[in-house]
Amino acid sequence: MKSIKVDALYLTAQPRPLVRTTIGFVAVAVIFWLYVDIQITTQDPWSEIIRMLIGAVTPDFMETENLFSAIVNTVAFAILGVAVGNFIGFFLALVFHMRMIRAGCAFVRAVHELFWALIFLQIFGLSALTGILALAIPYSGIFAKVYSEILEEADAVSLTTIPNSTSQISVFIFARLPDAWVHFKTYSLYRLECGLRSSAVLGFVGLPTLGFHLETAFAEGKYSEASALLIIFYLIIATIRNWCHTKLVPIYILVSLIVIPWGVSDLSISNVIRFFANDIIPHPLRVAESLNATTLANFGFWLKSLIIDQALPGIVATVVLTQIALVGAGALTLTFFPLISPRFFGTFGRTVGHIFLVVTRSTPEYILALIFLLLWGPSMLPAVVALALHNGAIIGHLMGRHTESMVLRPDSPEGINLYTYEVVPRIYRQFLAFLFYRWEVIMRETAILGILGIATIGFYIDSAFADLRYDKALLLIIITAVLNLGIDVLSRTIRSRLRLQTRVNVA
Amino acid sequence: MGQTLFSLKNATVQYNGRAILSDISLSIEEGAKIALVGQSGAGKSTLLTQLYELSNGDVSLVPQELGLVRNLSVFHNIYMGRLHRHGTLYNVLNLIKPMQKELANVKPIVENLGLADKLFAPIHELSGGQQQRTAVGRAIFRGSPVFFGDEPVSAVDEHQSHAVLSAIMESHQTVILSMHDVELALHYSDRVIGLKNGIKVMDQSTRGMKTSDLDEIYQS
Repeated sequence: MKSIKVDALYLTAQPRPLVRTTIGFVAVAVIFWLYVDIQITTQDPWSEIIRMLIGAVTPDFMETENLFSAIVNTVAFAILGVAVGNFIGFFLALVFHMRMIRAGCAFVRAVHELFWALIFLQIFGLSALTGILALAIPYSGIFAKVYSEILEEADAVSLTTIPNSTSQISVFIFARLPDAWVHFKTYSLYRLECGLRSSAVLGFVGLPTLGFHLETAFAEGKYSEASALLIIFYLIIATIRNWCHTKLVPIYILVSLIVIPWGVSDLSISNVIRFFANDIIPHPLRVAESLNATTLANFGFWLKSLIIDQALPGIVATVVLTQIALVGAGALTLTFFPLISPRFFGTFGRTVGHIFLVVTRSTPEYILALIFLLLWGPSMLPAVVALALHNGAIIGHLMGRHTESMVLRPDSPEGINLYTYEVVPRIYRQFLAFLFYRWEVIMRETAILGILGIATIGFYIDSAFADLRYDKALLLIIITAVLNLGIDVLSRTIRSRLRLQTRVNVA
Repeated sequence: MGQTLFSLKNATVQYNGRAILSDISLSIEEGAKIALVGQSGAGKSTLLTQLYELSNGDVSLVPQELGLVRNLSVFHNIYMGRLHRHGTLYNVLNLIKPMQKELANVKPIVENLGLADKLFAPIHELSGGQQQRTAVGRAIFRGSPVFFGDEPVSAVDEHQSHAVLSAIMESHQTVILSMHDVELALHYSDRVIGLKNGIKVMDQSTRGMKTSDLDEIYQS
C-alpha cells in the first residue's frame, strides 16, 4: 500500500522547466531529422577520409609563397576589420540608449560577414576595402552592444561619490572608463580571435585570405598543403595572448595597412552610385517609366515569386538545419566538456582533449562544412555535423572550464555517477544559457553555408549575386536578417523565462 | 566501548604558516557519540576533515557546505547517498524517472526529517534549514555505521533540530558532530571535545556536565 501513496506523490510533481524545454527542442529536432536529406552521395568516402588524414599528419610547409601571403592577409584583414569595428562600436556604445542606434546595431549584426562581403564585392570589387568593411560593419554592431553592457555594469558606487557639477565627459573618463577598460581589452582580444576566423572565411568569396588558398588546396586534393595552412592558423589563434599586446596594436595596424593588397583598380564612385541608385531597386520598379497599376502588379508578381520560390524554401531549410544543429551542438557539448575537466580526466587526457577542442573550435564552421562536403557529397549532413562540432567545441570548452572551479563534497561519486548526478545538473543552467546564446550565431552560419550549395537561404542569396540580380539578393539578405532578429528575440524570451543568465561572461 | 576506529597522534595542520590545529591527539572508539565544540575558527572543520581522511571513505558525511546539487530534487539528492550501491544504468534510469523501490526507501527518511512535502522540490526552492535536512537525509540514506557532521543543524529550528539529531543518532553507531549549540551538543553526545585556537582544551564524558562548564572554551 505504501508504494501507491508514493506514486501519487510523484504524479503531482511536474517536470522542471529546464527539462521540459530540453525535451521540446530535442523532439522538434528529431522530427526535422526524419525529413531532411542526409544521404551520403560520394562513391567512396572512406578512401577520401584516409587521404585527408594522411594530409593532416604530413603538413607541407614548402609552398611558402602562398602560405605566407595567405597568413599575412588573413591576420591583416582581421586586425583592420576588428580595429575599425572596435572604434566605431565604442562610440556607438555611448549612444546605445537611443532606440535607432540599438535597432541599427541589431540589424548590422544580423547580417553575416560573408553576406556583407558579397554586397561590397559588387561595389568595391576584390579590394581590401571590401574585406575590411565586411568585418568592421557587423563587428561595430557587436562591439556597440557588448561595450554598452560593460559600461552599464561599471560600478555605480564610484559614480555617487563624484561632485554633482562634474562634466559628463569627466564623469565618464574617471568613473566608468577605468573599470570598463579591462573588460574592453579582454573582449577585443576575444573578438580578434573571431575576426581571424571570419577573415579566413572571407577567402571563400575571393579575397586573398586563408579560405581562398584552402578552397584551392581542397579542390585539388592537396591535403598536405591545406593542413599546413590550418596548422599555422591554429598556432596564430592559440598564441594570440602572447603576441597581441596593447602596446603593439598600433604597430600591427600600421603594418596591416601597408601589407594589405588594396587593389583599388575598380574602385570608382560611379560604381557606388550605380549600385545604390540602380542595381538594388527591384527590377519591375527600375524598368518602369511611371508608378502605375501595371508597375505595381509587376512588382507584386516579382515579390510573390521571390518569396514563394526562394525565400520560403530557404527559410524552411535554414530553420530546420538550425534546430537540428542546435540540438546536435548541445549533445556534443555534453560529450566534449568532460574531456578537459579535471573532474574526469588526468593531465594527459585533458591535454589531448584541449588540443581536440582548440582545433575544432578554431576551425570556422564553413571550413568544417567544406571538408565534410568533400567527404560525403551535398546534403544537409555536412552542415549539421560542422555546426554541431564547432559550436559543441566552443560551449564544451566553456563548460569544461566551469567545472574546474566546482566545489564537490569530499564523498562525491565518480565516473558516470559523478557526471549524471553532480556535474551535469550543476552546469545545466549555464549550459542552456550558452546554447541559447549561440542559437542566433548558429542560424547566421546556417544561412551562410548555403554558399557551399546546401539549400539554406544563403544558397538563394549566392545564386542571386551570381546572376547579377542584386535586387533579389538584397531583399533575401534583409529577410535573413529579420529571421535572425526573430531568433534573437525568441532566445532572449526563453532565457528570461527560464531565468538563465543572459549575459555572457567574456573573461 | 568497542574497538578504536580513528586515532590522531600529535596532528598539526598549518595554513600559510598559521597553525589551524596544533598537536592534537585523540582516539575515537566504535559506538562513541562525540560533540566537537569551540568558537568558529577554532579548528572544528579542519579536525573533521583530518578524521575523514583517516577513514576509508565509508562515512555518512554532512560537510559544512552541504554538497547538494541545486537543480536536483530532494529525492535525487538523498538517493545520491547510495549511488555506489547500484549500477550506472540503474542510476541513470532513476535520474530520469524515480524508481518505486527507491521512493519507498527514501520516504521514511524524508518523513522523519519533515521533508515529505518537498520530496520533488529542487534544492534551490528550499530554505537553508530544509537544505541542511536534505544533506542529513543523504547521509542517513547512505547507511554507513559512522556519521560525520559539520554543524548539520545550524540552520534548523530548535524543534526540528531534535528530530534531526535523533534520526542521526538512531541510524549510526558512531557519530561525530561539530556543534555550536552547546545545549544540543551535551544532550545528544556522550563525549565532548573542546577546541580553542587549534588546541584541544577539553576531552571528557558529558555525564553530569552543565552548559556553563563549556563557557571557558568560548571565552576569548
